[in-house]
Amino acid sequence: MSQLAQRRAPLFEGLRDYRAARIVRFDVPGHKSGRGTPELTEFLGQAALAADVNSSKPLDNLIHPTGIIREAEELAAAAFGAASALFMVGGTTSAVQAMIFSTLGPGDKIIMPRNVHRSAINALVLTGAIPVYVNPGIDAYLGIPLGMAVADVEAAIHLHPDAKAVLVNNPTYYGVAADLDSICRLAHRHGMLVLVDEAHGTHFYFGDDLPRPAMAVGADMAAVSMHKTGGSLTQSSILLLGSHTDAARVRQIVNLTQTTSASYLLMASLDIARKNLALHGRAIFRRSMAMADYARAEINRIPGYTAFARERTDGRAFYDFDRTKLSIHTRDIGLAGIEVYDLLRDEYDIQIEFGDLGNILAIISAGDRNLEIERLISALADIERCYRRSPAGMLEQEYVAPELVLPPRQAFFGRQETRPLRESLGQISAEFVMSYPPGIPIVAPGERITAQALETILYAQERGCYMTGTRDPELREIGIVVAQEVPDASPP
Amino acid sequence: MRPRLDVWFTEEHAPGLRFSMRVTHEIVRRRSEFQEIAVLETQEFGKVLILDGYLMVTEKDEFIYHEMIVHVPLAVHPDIRRVLVVGGGDGGAVRELARYDTIEEIDLVEIDPDVIDVSEAWLPQLSEKLRDPRVTIHFADGVRFMRQVQRPYDLIIIDSTDPFGPGEGLFTREFYGSCHAALTEDGILINQHESLFYEEYRAAMRRVHDRLSQLFPVARVYQAHIPTYPSGHWLFGFSSKRFDPLLDLDAEGWLSRGIRTNYYNPDLHRGAFALPNYIRRELEGGRRTRLK
Ligand SMILES: Cc1ncc(COP(=O)(O)O)c(C=O)c1O
Repeated sequence: MSQLAQRRAPLFEGLRDYRAARIVRFDVPGHKSGRGTPELTEFLGQAALAADVNSSKPLDNLIHPTGIIREAEELAAAAFGAASALFMVGGTTSAVQAMIFSTLGPGDKIIMPRNVHRSAINALVLTGAIPVYVNPGIDAYLGIPLGMAVADVEAAIHLHPDAKAVLVNNPTYYGVAADLDSICRLAHRHGMLVLVDEAHGTHFYFGDDLPRPAMAVGADMAAVSMHKTGGSLTQSSILLLGSHTDAARVRQIVNLTQTTSASYLLMASLDIARKNLALHGRAIFRRSMAMADYARAEINRIPGYTAFARERTDGRAFYDFDRTKLSIHTRDIGLAGIEVYDLLRDEYDIQIEFGDLGNILAIISAGDRNLEIERLISALADIERCYRRSPAGMLEQEYVAPELVLPPRQAFFGRQETRPLRESLGQISAEFVMSYPPGIPIVAPGERITAQALETILYAQERGCYMTGTRDPELREIGIVVAQEVPDASPP
Repeated sequence: MRPRLDVWFTEEHAPGLRFSMRVTHEIVRRRSEFQEIAVLETQEFGKVLILDGYLMVTEKDEFIYHEMIVHVPLAVHPDIRRVLVVGGGDGGAVRELARYDTIEEIDLVEIDPDVIDVSEAWLPQLSEKLRDPRVTIHFADGVRFMRQVQRPYDLIIIDSTDPFGPGEGLFTREFYGSCHAALTEDGILINQHESLFYEEYRAAMRRVHDRLSQLFPVARVYQAHIPTYPSGHWLFGFSSKRFDPLLDLDAEGWLSRGIRTNYYNPDLHRGAFALPNYIRRELEGGRRTRLK
């Protein structure tokens, strides 16, 4: 399809025509273009409420698209170089889960790095599939997990030739990319599917000098968070499918859990964002990259911060880097990333994406201006001046392979009891524990609670991370699998 | 005589409140990389400089503003040699500074070269000293420039536009932190502090005062009467690591310099720090307001 076709936005245009037709509405939503909810209308604007409409013949239906939604999806597929594309309204979570539901059944194995987003492990809980974890590699200085070295994937494939699929998280939240091309070829050679959580890689499809995107290297499915760096509204996402994937079947599976009232605000935002990326993406991301490069250079002049980029790549697990990401190592100023994150918000009115134990991440996108970049840089300089302390005693991150004792599903749904967190050492967790963001589990259901995991959790709590996943909102207690359910042998 | 074509420049001072002046003709209007710049000839206030629709200075009352941001610190600190002005591309602050022969260097940081061009071309009353040999003009973002200052200044004057807009970086904690680091041990920071009379900027300016109080042992606010600014009652901040604006006022010393002013004098200096109660309360309340 041509660049000319990308100037169209069928869903957006359809909504506009629908509004112009001044249809009298006796259907849902009951606010009827906002007339019934004046306060909401005043807050969000009449135009937004008027676009909040119900599925109908002229407006198509996401459950079974044959009209403008289908056209919009086809344009999206073309823009991303995919064979087909599905608009998703349940976040990238729903796209990641659709990939796993479509490829794995109970007991099937999937090779994946441990530093995946919770949505992937949630999907394993729901399907009963079994993860084969690959050490993602770790940058010892930065303390961040990386993107899986090809050799490590290969070793896992040889140990588990019966695995159905390989899931790659590309890039990581920090912008670290794997050698997706080689992983794809390797997996396909062994008859395994390649699923890519590309939540942070939407822009790879539209910019220059960025890591290669999943569809370009022949991956079977990819989940792209349009709402993260693509400019659509929060919660909207796209599932991309390669030419060997049966799109009709995937849609059936998506429909098992997808709402029958998909929001037209979300879908229209996908359509408009796709058009914008297809027409202007290169210029947009060139600018973001220049801003991020500038910020990195300035931040690296402040003693104690390391704003890293391609210089840390190693051809293996740190194969490539997404230069639009502004990831900064803070441990050398004696502050955990989460502490810098909190200071930026509370003292400087600056909200960044997240901070973990040793790093922070700022998202640079089309909406940024130089003046905000200058503020961020100066705030980091001021934090270094005012809050620097000795880095002694700060936790160093290392990778310890999780000991998976039970399939996640069995642990999560099986009989459980609660234990005080501090007394849970050696038990099998029935719950997730993670700080959010980034939402990467420290402990996942079915895994043994190790001393290192406990130390990380307690340290993260002490430094102010927002811990989620357990039933106990304060995470003083954790759900564990009752002893009778735990086999004495090693992993399944 | 009342012109037949009746053209007015109007600025909104508060929701539901407008301030207008009759324009006799438009002298220049251009779009720079950063903003729309206009100079209008008005019936009452002479030539006026307008940025993005906001009135910056008028020929008739600019003396009040510029005298107050310059002479107040210079009457307190006996030995100011190196001065930095941030913003203020019209040249008014530099003109007042240039009257002190004890000042050796004046750096002016202005992001928009067109403001200086326009001022030099059409507002000579303000820009007359921009070519003084002691003056160096830097076209740069003020936040960035401040972060990179190598040699400290005795006096920094923040001659900014409003806190919501292109100048907003000049009202932030990170910027004041850089200013603190860029000042000598006995340096003084003067900032344009808006008015607290109308609601719009009240919370923001309370926060500014809060920030400055945390950074500087001396953080005071003073006032002047400026007819064309919203409410007419305008505030400035005086922050210093050492000097107190009243205890260290050297009235004799300043008078002996023989600088002829139209607004400022040492008696007014003392009175300028005597703030109305509603402003005192507003500023004191600041320490309790935290975004949380
Ligand atoms: C790697 C990764 N995958 C998936 C998701 C899920 O995206 P969403 O929040 O849109 O459901 C996220 C969100 O943070 C993520 O970081």
